[in-house]
Amino acid sequence: MSRAVEDMNRRLLRARDAMDRAYAEPLDVAAVAAVAHVSEAHFSRSFRAVFGETPHRYLQRRRVERSMFLLRETDRSVTDICFDVGFGSLGTFSRTFREIVGETPSDYRLGHEPIEAPHCFQMAQTRPRLPAGVHLRMSSFGEARRTAAP
Amino acid sequence: MITKLNVATIYVLDKEEALDFYVGKLGLEKGNDVRQGGYRWLTVRVPGEHGTEISLEEPGSPLHDEATAAQLRELITKGAMSGLVFISDDVRGLYETLKSRGVTDFTQEPTDHFYGTDMGLRDPFGNAIRILQQGKVAAAATA
Repeated sequence: MSRAVEDMNRRLLRARDAMDRAYAEPLDVAAVAAVAHVSEAHFSRSFRAVFGETPHRYLQRRRVERSMFLLRETDRSVTDICFDVGFGSLGTFSRTFREIVGETPSDYRLGHEPIEAPHCFQMAQTRPRLPAGVHLRMSSFGEARRTAAP
Repeated sequence: MITKLNVATIYVLDKEEALDFYVGKLGLEKGNDVRQGGYRWLTVRVPGEHGTEISLEEPGSPLHDEATAAQLRELITKGAMSGLVFISDDVRGLYETLKSRGVTDFTQEPTDHFYGTDMGLRDPFGNAIRILQQGKVAAAATA
């Protein structure tokens, strides 16, 4: 029993790593589930059980974290950053950012300077937390489709 | 006055498999390998220097009861344990070498930052490994 749990954990971790690595790509749940070698339905359920949030929310928070990084560290436009981190439309990006961070991307940029900490610590530690009871409105996983861009 | 970090411990699921990865693939050298009864004191270290010994330990008896060991194994495999950070003089070259040795579990391909170039990977069990080449890079804030 224990070995099966460990094997599943390891495969789910590999899928989570794939989201951290390829957040800028148009990922969908089928592609990420394939990394873990499990069915889509089983993947989402298992991922949530192991990591405490759905794969969709994990990816959203990774993309928002990466956008926060680019807002702090670069002078690229909010629109460019939206597509840089894998969102398919500015509307989805702005709404998701506000829900997770509590302010608009532009306001966040005004209030934050670059962080002088190694990149891996920034990625791990500044991925925004969601307040308890707050749920993202989007239910689809595949908002990164670039063809949907305005 | 403390003069050196002598031993750091990392939990693995299987010492032999860990040895194959850390020595055979990552390129560390074997340090201590001492068997006493059922126990095996096994360490690896950065070659060519009297560096810190990295002790490879399996959760389990007599250090842990079976329930605790199972919890630790679950944490290792979900990537929740702490990892190791190494320094290299050529991260991009090492990346190609690791790929040629069959390593596929990269968490980050070589990337430039203001403090240098680094990459990330996981050992076979889920422990995070980062490898950094220090020094300023011209193109900062690219990722």
